[in-house]
Amino acid sequence: MPETTFLDANELVINMGPQHPATHGVLRVKLKLDGEKVVGSECIIGYLHRGVEKIAENRTYQQFAPYVDRMDYVAAVTNGMGYCEAVEKLLGAELPPRAQYTRMILAELQRIASHLLWLGTHALDLGAMTPVFYTFREREEVLKIFENYCGARLTTHAFRIGGLQYDLYDDFEREVKKFCDQFLPKIGEYEQLLTTNRIWMKRTQGGGKLSAEDAVALGVTGPVLRGSGVKWDLRKAQPYEAYDKVEFEVPVGANGDTYDRYMVRIQEMRQSVGITRQCVERIAPGPIFGKVGKVIKPPVAEVYHSIESPKGELGYFVVSDGTTNPYRVRVRPPSFVNLQAFDKMVQGHLIADVVAIIGTIDIVLGEVDR
Amino acid sequence: MVKPEPWSSPWLEELKKRFPGAITDPLVFRGQPYFTVSKESLIPVCDFMKTAEGGAYTYLVDETAVDYPKREKRFEIIYVLYSFQRNDRVRLKLLTGANEKVPSVAGVWPTANWLEREVFDMFGIEYEGHPDLRRILLPDEWVGHPLRKDYDILKQDDAWVQANLGIESGQ
Repeated sequence: MPETTFLDANELVINMGPQHPATHGVLRVKLKLDGEKVVGSECIIGYLHRGVEKIAENRTYQQFAPYVDRMDYVAAVTNGMGYCEAVEKLLGAELPPRAQYTRMILAELQRIASHLLWLGTHALDLGAMTPVFYTFREREEVLKIFENYCGARLTTHAFRIGGLQYDLYDDFEREVKKFCDQFLPKIGEYEQLLTTNRIWMKRTQGGGKLSAEDAVALGVTGPVLRGSGVKWDLRKAQPYEAYDKVEFEVPVGANGDTYDRYMVRIQEMRQSVGITRQCVERIAPGPIFGKVGKVIKPPVAEVYHSIESPKGELGYFVVSDGTTNPYRVRVRPPSFVNLQAFDKMVQGHLIADVVAIIGTIDIVLGEVDR
Repeated sequence: MVKPEPWSSPWLEELKKRFPGAITDPLVFRGQPYFTVSKESLIPVCDFMKTAEGGAYTYLVDETAVDYPKREKRFEIIYVLYSFQRNDRVRLKLLTGANEKVPSVAGVWPTANWLEREVFDMFGIEYEGHPDLRRILLPDEWVGHPLRKDYDILKQDDAWVQANLGIESGQ
């Protein structure tokens, strides 16, 4: 947003946030308005910056693992999974199948939980009060499974570099299956509330459009990219864990608007249920830890590894100097990069749509600011 | 001990032929290839790699830096590129000194705008031709670049903290 145009008489610059209920954290947006129309925007971020990457350099590989949970704190399991996999790649460690399937089950449940939180708050932002109560009810079931597995609900630190800390508890498979059976019809209930709801359609269709070319140019990933019609999912393109052994579809949108991104996430939840079921079928007794020593000293090298987190491509670039501490850890946060597309999406829309567009990108400020 | 190994591919040979002397140290580790590109050729190489002929690396996944204070050129800038067409990821490296400017790739991939702002914020590397080079995570008036190796983990801009937060120290 060029500085000089701020003086134009017809335009008004207003400030939104950082303490605003619809910015999903501490995001501050400067909006340049022409009447009620947004003609320019600037995101001001960093209120939640904790220097995660600097902390990593001062901790051992294992000590840093719990910190990554505090970035995308509504999807801690996938954060931890990405970090553990990056270090395992650096070490060249192979995981036993039981550990792989456990990770996939928890990661897919986390995707469901993250999408449910997104759906509830996004609908609430747009004035639909009801869905948030339903989605939080189902999210609670997922969090209970996490709590039974590792004792924590939110910042789980569920995995260790090389495998798992805990084996599955006795009732795990039954509980996960029960959740899948109960949850699948619930998605239909959310859809009844929203998908053909005329108010919902009016608010979301055609809003926050992002073309496929713009999406790729801006490096947008995850449901935002797929909503724009690019059929790309890291679980398919570059499979990690055992994603090449399960079957699932990659849902895409056509118009790249807020409604399409909503539909993509709804369908992704169904696919996640499918993946979870397949994993539960295949999980077999066996070891849960690969050949990784107690002291982690990777070779002098560097790797970039990324996974499909609920928000998009979550990457870790880890540089080792052969000691027990990483020389550098770079986190490629999906929310940070996706937020950059906000300016493109918001131009020309009414100020009332700004909250819809912030909601549809699905950002978590802990991850944007790190 | 495993080490990165020399890397070669028909695509790389083609790139080397097209930009003589610009590409050095092609290495591969755990199936991940990377090479160093000279500063003068950075923009032409990136432009070419983005075209269909050059591999269609249309998606800049990440841009970041690593600080090696003991080296003559202390910073390594890392570009992670991905090609949807080839389903392939490759990393570019650029070596730069503390007081040298680096050409901005924001004109090639718009994603680089915020990524380069973050590198500038955290490492103090200045980009040439960047549309809006300001700090992004830290306050604009902050002094120092925290991800440099000589910036201690307990260090902070005390003057800024005292003036703006009204407390003695944030620690």
